[in-house]
Amino acid sequence: MLKYQSKEMKATRLGFGEALVELGRVNQNVVVLGGDVSGSVRTDLFMKAFPDRFFSVGVAEQDMMGTAAGLAVAGKIPFASTYGEFATGRPFDQIRQSIAYSELPVRICASHCGITVGPDGATHQSLEDVAIMRVLPHMTVICPCDYWETKKAIHALMTWPKPAYVRFFRDNSPVFTDESAQFIIGKANTLIDGSDVTVIACGLHVWEAILAEEKLTAEGISVRVVNMHTIKPIDKDCIVKAARETGAIVTAEDHQIHGGLGSAVAEVLTQNCPVPQEFVAVRDTFGESGKGNDLMKKYGIEKDDIVRAAKRALQRKKK
Amino acid sequence: MHTLTVDELPEMARQLRRDVIKMLLISKSGHSGGPLGLADVFAALYFNILNVDPARPRWEGRDYFFLSAGHLCPVWYAALARRGFIPLEELATLRQINGRLQGHPAPASTHGVPGVEIASGALGQGLSVAVGCALGLRLDGKPNRVYVLLGDGELDEGQIWEAAMTASHHQVDNLIAIVDRNHCQIDNRTEKVMELEPLAEKWKSFGWHALECNGNDIPQFVDTVKQAQQMCGKPTVIIAQTYMGRGVSFMEDDYRWHGVPPNEEQGKQALDEIPPTKFGDFIEFEWEKRTVEVGAK
Repeated sequence: MLKYQSKEMKATRLGFGEALVELGRVNQNVVVLGGDVSGSVRTDLFMKAFPDRFFSVGVAEQDMMGTAAGLAVAGKIPFASTYGEFATGRPFDQIRQSIAYSELPVRICASHCGITVGPDGATHQSLEDVAIMRVLPHMTVICPCDYWETKKAIHALMTWPKPAYVRFFRDNSPVFTDESAQFIIGKANTLIDGSDVTVIACGLHVWEAILAEEKLTAEGISVRVVNMHTIKPIDKDCIVKAARETGAIVTAEDHQIHGGLGSAVAEVLTQNCPVPQEFVAVRDTFGESGKGNDLMKKYGIEKDDIVRAAKRALQRKKK
Repeated sequence: MHTLTVDELPEMARQLRRDVIKMLLISKSGHSGGPLGLADVFAALYFNILNVDPARPRWEGRDYFFLSAGHLCPVWYAALARRGFIPLEELATLRQINGRLQGHPAPASTHGVPGVEIASGALGQGLSVAVGCALGLRLDGKPNRVYVLLGDGELDEGQIWEAAMTASHHQVDNLIAIVDRNHCQIDNRTEKVMELEPLAEKWKSFGWHALECNGNDIPQFVDTVKQAQQMCGKPTVIIAQTYMGRGVSFMEDDYRWHGVPPNEEQGKQALDEIPPTKFGDFIEFEWEKRTVEVGAK
């Protein structure tokens, strides 16, 4: 039996778009930058509500980040949004110099992250964004798990004094948290308690972990499921606790195996409490066109892969 | 230090040149040519044009200045010191560890100096920043102006032209960009590395007012800025022709002085060519002090 229910299917990017409008209503200083994809990333909602505070820069992501930084200098609260790949890869130097090094609180909100971008194919499937954002000093990196959590992340970032990167997704996805669930930047949510192995997941893989937990429970394996929505600053205490109490870790993400959530968790484990860790992630390859679910299966990042990884981790565990 | 009249500016420009040379002699690292070439522009900006208050670097009514070509910072730091944003003695700390005068500017809010709004030095980024700032000020209905200084070599960067389009598209007319048109970049003159002409036409075709002037002629530069301030509906660029290394005969118009500081001998020669001013240098070197032998003890 699933320990969480999916009440409906709603896109995380919709949560983002709606949250922006909510923020725009309460604070005149909220401004949004668009790069020609506002309909896709749902900044169109803000654009319609507050046209004077929406700035289109066209298909020019380097300019977008610099302009956002300039708006921050002028005292505005800027949210810059486009697709994940173009929000991070293309303007990396701009983010580094004008935002991270300058410590300006620009919120970079990237929709269409991960392989589940689907049919557009590899050029548009952002699999490296967490790695390159989290390596930047002063950068906060958040990957919310569903519609509600995305809204909360955006609300939390309104007053966040540091540069921030939020990644979310194209697809409609299960809504399994609710409006009242806690969201604190930097504090992971343990959704299911367990003792044999911990699955630490982010984004849409939190739901995959919940599905995997059901299967593993049926085989008598007790699984802790942790929603690690904040990859930087990562909740070290939660990871160490899980390592000490369960002795085996699986990380799951829609991202390359190098440099994402898994690597961030590994950094904590090796320095504090080394235990076997298995990675569910894209194994150092680019994606391809396809439907999101098919791609997750082909590239080894769906619930059954989490199940297999959990069993491998258990095997490696010293009893 | 208060503002100066146009007639008084040339002497301040001379002082900035002396400051830059001494700063580079101490740091033994940094850029000579551009800073010397821009001493006139910086004297005009910080002592005549910019509406700023050194006692309140973050004063809400301030004009904003962005140095997009961040490597030119020695002359910026000198101007900030002379205007009273930072102590004069601090000029001796250019590029030193634990100091605020970073080789390429860091913002005041982190480990830089008052008057610096954002980091710069990675070329091509400052125009976007200036446009964003101008947009933000306009949203608030504020009358503050935004100025941004670009290198001409810097115009090779594509982001500059993205920002130029954005500024035009949004009719950002509270923005004045200044291009340091010295025809020099690192490898060679701009004509050899990447041809920029017809430059004024490029800006105009991107929807800007484009003015040209002699950037080493202070009255002409000040006048051109005044013209730019009157222009509405479009952003304005001032293409200011300068000579790299201006004021030092063996550096003038020589691209090889882009990123090299003078050695002690060259520094002495350079200082000889620029007479001291009433403002006084921020430091006196040992070899400048006249040792007077006082006979028997």
